[in-house]
Amino acid sequence: MSILIERVSGRGLPLAGNDIDTDQIIESRYLRMTTFEGIEAHLFESLRQASTHPFDDSRFAGASVLIVGRNFGCGSSREHAPQALYRYGIRAIVGESFGEIFAGNCLAIGIPCLSLTSQNCRMLMNICLAHPERPFDIDIRDGIICTYTQRFEFDLPPGRRERLLNGSWDALQVLLSEKTLIEEKLMYLPQVLRR
Amino acid sequence: MIGTLYEKVFDAHVVREIAENQFQLAVDVHLVNEVSSPQAFEELLRRGLPVAHPERTFASADHSISTGGDVTLFDDAMCEAQVDMLGKNALDNRLTYFDPMQGLHGILHVVAPENGLTQPGMVIACGDSHTSTHGAFGAIAFGIGTSQVRDVLASQTLIVDKLRVRRIIVEGTLAPGVFAKDVALHVIHWLGAKGGLGFAYEFGGDAVSAMSMEERMTLCNMAVEGGARCGYVNPDAITLDYLRGRAFAPKGAEWDEAATRWLSWASSPDAMWDDEVIFRADDIAPIVTWGTSPDQSVPVGAPLPDPGVAGGDAEDLRDAMIFMGGEPGRPVVGTPIDLAFIGSCTNGRLSDLEAVANFLRRTGGCVKEGVRALIVPGSREVREAVIAQNLDQLFAERGFELRDAGCSLCCGMNADRLVGRQVCASSSNRNFRGRQGSPEGRTYLMSPVMVAAAAIEGKIIDARALENLA
Repeated sequence: MSILIERVSGRGLPLAGNDIDTDQIIESRYLRMTTFEGIEAHLFESLRQASTHPFDDSRFAGASVLIVGRNFGCGSSREHAPQALYRYGIRAIVGESFGEIFAGNCLAIGIPCLSLTSQNCRMLMNICLAHPERPFDIDIRDGIICTYTQRFEFDLPPGRRERLLNGSWDALQVLLSEKTLIEEKLMYLPQVLRR
Repeated sequence: MIGTLYEKVFDAHVVREIAENQFQLAVDVHLVNEVSSPQAFEELLRRGLPVAHPERTFASADHSISTGGDVTLFDDAMCEAQVDMLGKNALDNRLTYFDPMQGLHGILHVVAPENGLTQPGMVIACGDSHTSTHGAFGAIAFGIGTSQVRDVLASQTLIVDKLRVRRIIVEGTLAPGVFAKDVALHVIHWLGAKGGLGFAYEFGGDAVSAMSMEERMTLCNMAVEGGARCGYVNPDAITLDYLRGRAFAPKGAEWDEAATRWLSWASSPDAMWDDEVIFRADDIAPIVTWGTSPDQSVPVGAPLPDPGVAGGDAEDLRDAMIFMGGEPGRPVVGTPIDLAFIGSCTNGRLSDLEAVANFLRRTGGCVKEGVRALIVPGSREVREAVIAQNLDQLFAERGFELRDAGCSLCCGMNADRLVGRQVCASSSNRNFRGRQGSPEGRTYLMSPVMVAAAAIEGKIIDARALENLA
């Protein structure tokens, strides 16, 4: 039973800064865990211990739309980062650009990563800071983020959009539905043998 | 066949198009580590699914394994549980396991090429971002997350976007004392850490054609630090020479057939690249990163930039400089270090350690008192080759600790970590905040020989100055 992701509504959490890598989101010592259970407790741990952090700001408690800068989630392919954000309650990430592997990992667990111009990103952050209580309404199909007063267009590659809308973001069932095709393709590939 | 290697190999592996530019792609070789796989195996069990193609699945423990010299002793219980789980999952699912108990282990991106598993024209996936390394052979190789590890285990396929291809040409000949690592850092500096988003990087030109396979691996390894999910070099005679005779390489008549097929994957002269960037080898000097992103670097002789005049990224540069304790206009040379780390999937191969050994012989240098210098081979095979050449004695005499194989200080998952504000001269791939295991730790990336020079001086220095090359 696949879940269709057509809309995301929720309050915003502004996280300023560019090139925030997955090591910062979840440090490598938590990669020793063998489950994702409870990993959200360690989001941005060192940064939060070192100084005030939006994830500890009561104004943004319960937010589900993360607003970020440029190249968010670059670096390590650890799915621990998107898993922790999801378990924290983040249901969409809006930013200027995203690390390639991170964006793919987010899609695989049903978190849309939506790209805006840097100017619009800044405006969204400012709206969020000025009115943390106001929800954002994200329409995946139309490619629009609405606030009380404004509409912003976002970019999402059409194929990824389609997969969110029709539930095929949850890949495994889709992949296994054509076993014959897979086996035919693998027949063409060279064997991998110790010789 | 007309087209870029990327297009040709990609198209040959497409099972079907799921949505626009979302392709179900078959995977030749799936490499599995202890970090990104436990939840994937768990999910298969939960759904009652077998591993679809165990004969195409290869496992090694690299991140959590101890490099202290006894693979049965772990640095903590979590590391132990993780490595045990990988061994058990490999056994239960009949996967090939490079078992540490048999001394077969190492970093997957070192072990797979050594064994001839990485071949031109393959699609290779692994739950580790530095899977781009395998592109050195003319394979399409990229990192994936745990959900996709699950997908590949269950179906031997996954869904990926088709990337555009940027051709990066390095013309001319590299000067003495300039290495593949410097080429990688130079390219990343000029194109940016996000410059490769949406691209596969095809590396070519005289300087790349002249590189050994291990140098090409260093270059492709770093492609991901430039934002490109994969990087590759077209296969040629050097590729074939490397593969000949390795455990998984075809033999006899099969070899001849494979060699012809492999070379045919190379981009045709009339291929259409989506973008092209040309660099000159003459412009590349030994490079050191000074910041917290791999694109924040300077040639070793140059001063740190002034964030105030650096353009739109002024704030990022300023933050990085404050964190690292640098000052605009100050030379990077002379920065004192606490640790020196030679190793990782970027620079932990035999030729890297041989280059360091030759440098030590030429300069007569020893590790400065107060500096801890680690040499961590990328695999047990590399370690054994080092010992066979008596380099272990040389390293010990000069004050370097030769450790067992693993990721070690590159990612700070086992006990090999920075402490507090320690500074590390590192041959690894990431200078992110906290990357080497201490939130306050500071990392300067450079080539292995530059790390060795820093270990000798106790501070960052142009390695060429120690042997009158500069």
